[in-house]
Amino acid sequence: MAKARLIGDRTNKMMVQAMERRATDVRGRVFQITLLVTLLISLFILGVLIVDVVVDAWGVLTGRPSGFLTGTMRSLSGDPKLGVQQALVGTFWIAVFVAVLAFPIGIGAAIWLEEYALKNRFTRFIELNIRNLAGVPSIVYGLLGLFLFVKSLGGLTGGKSIASAGITLAILVLPIVIITTQEAIRAVPQGLKEGAYGVGATKWTMIRSQVLPYAAPGIFTGTLLSMSRGIGEAAPLLLVGAVSGRLGSNPGFFDFSAINAEAFMAMPVIIVEWVQNSGRDPGFAEAAAAAIVVLLVFVILMNAAAIFLRNHFEKKRG
Amino acid sequence: MEQAEPEASPRLGLDIDRKMQAAVPNSTGDTVFEVEDLNVYYGDFRAVQEATFTVYEHEITAMIGPSGCGKTTVLRCFNRMNDLIPIARVEGRLDFREVPIYDPRVDPVEVRRRIGMVFQKPNPFPKSIYDNIAFGPRVCGMAKKKSELDGIVEQSLNRAALWDEVKDRLKDSALGLSGGQQQRLCIARAIAVDPDVLLMDEPCSALDPIATARIEDLMQEIKNDYTIVIVTHNMQQAARISNRTAFFTAQLDSTTDQRCGLLVEYDRTETIFSNPSDERTENYVTGRFG
Repeated sequence: MAKARLIGDRTNKMMVQAMERRATDVRGRVFQITLLVTLLISLFILGVLIVDVVVDAWGVLTGRPSGFLTGTMRSLSGDPKLGVQQALVGTFWIAVFVAVLAFPIGIGAAIWLEEYALKNRFTRFIELNIRNLAGVPSIVYGLLGLFLFVKSLGGLTGGKSIASAGITLAILVLPIVIITTQEAIRAVPQGLKEGAYGVGATKWTMIRSQVLPYAAPGIFTGTLLSMSRGIGEAAPLLLVGAVSGRLGSNPGFFDFSAINAEAFMAMPVIIVEWVQNSGRDPGFAEAAAAAIVVLLVFVILMNAAAIFLRNHFEKKRG
Repeated sequence: MEQAEPEASPRLGLDIDRKMQAAVPNSTGDTVFEVEDLNVYYGDFRAVQEATFTVYEHEITAMIGPSGCGKTTVLRCFNRMNDLIPIARVEGRLDFREVPIYDPRVDPVEVRRRIGMVFQKPNPFPKSIYDNIAFGPRVCGMAKKKSELDGIVEQSLNRAALWDEVKDRLKDSALGLSGGQQQRLCIARAIAVDPDVLLMDEPCSALDPIATARIEDLMQEIKNDYTIVIVTHNMQQAARISNRTAFFTAQLDSTTDQRCGLLVEYDRTETIFSNPSDERTENYVTGRFG
């Protein structure tokens, strides 16, 4: 019996015939179309959400945009002084807390884990736990915040204050900051480190001059995205005690006394609050939609900052 | 498996081993490295066993041998680059100019300032050409004034035969250079801190023959000022440029069933290539194996 051959007889004519494009690769096509459909579904849902929210918010946003941004919480949706300033101030300062606490601590911990920690069982145990912490539901962090920062350390934080909320959310995003920073540091080529050591750099010089500049774009993207996630969280803030109902004062953005005052509001919570109120006063549905648009713009601005910083540092990286 | 005991902590200072000098014929200059019973382990795995040889001043010493024979491992011991691998462990004696560099009192950073390294893959920093060269002098605090630094940069690039090609674009990124230029930049970067020894780990393996020839010429020029130890896969290169050659091979250890690097023969390069005393060396350099 003739030996089985893959291509058959090898004349030029047969080769030409064999290599001609066959009928369409059906399975490949189906796979490709399936992927496209999944993408379109995600985009469609996102588009519907945004359009729906913007349409609902249109009246408020076009009617009195500056009034809505500077207004306060009111009991009636028709109140011309209704607005989100208190919540914006709260979210702004919570973001500041996250940036000031979670970024340096998280980046520092990641540098330690990647560059200094011995690669032993203990380190792996720590890293495993950090990964687990990143997956803990945010409500659990809310409980931690309530018991630790609101109750036990209430003297320092002012109880149910922006400070308590900010520290709680900083802890919430800390594991994410550590993990993304670790990944950015791990991507630094070994050759760069060896090159720096090779001309007599100390470990600190090597990290400062090679590792951090190279990892900076990744670190900035990761940390700012984690911030976006943090300030969108409502659940922990509800536990830490963002007020419901009316907030007495209407602090300005740089009214520092508001930080540990025993009452605060934040964007995600005001949205929850207004959606709840829309049952008795349908006008609050529009206000909630407008607040969502404001929060979205806030987050988009922050992501834009992340992209800008990443590009800036990538250019510097050469 | 019999393991060599670590050398009882040698003194810092004069400790020339007469027996060692006698073991290598035709020694000319001062000894730069004295290696005796060097064992290198990665965890439990022994990568190099009982290597003993001497590197002399102002010579090019080549280390050749098949892949996995431990020559790069030995090279990376010379400037304690193996310290970067947490599980690596070095036993035996390794003196650099009579200083036992694995003595706990020795600062590895100071060792690396005196023993520069050029790597297999060109690894310029993602910075400008100028900053690549200036990095070492800066971290070593060699230049107080900008003009001094400028001088070091120009001199180093000149010695690496790169100055004329890059003098008009010192501020451009080093990543825009060709592979051969990048490797010469790395050589310039290494000599900018004025080291005593230059370790080169297959510096030409990623380069074309023209770039390789330029680097070989360069090595011949700078060996009057430095001592060069080079790992190469290219036997012709070792024969062309080196004064002495160490031939390593990987030997199967029957007790552990692992391959371990072994220094088979070390001699003047002419001897290794024309009249080796070990059959394994002869088989390798004549192309019968490896």
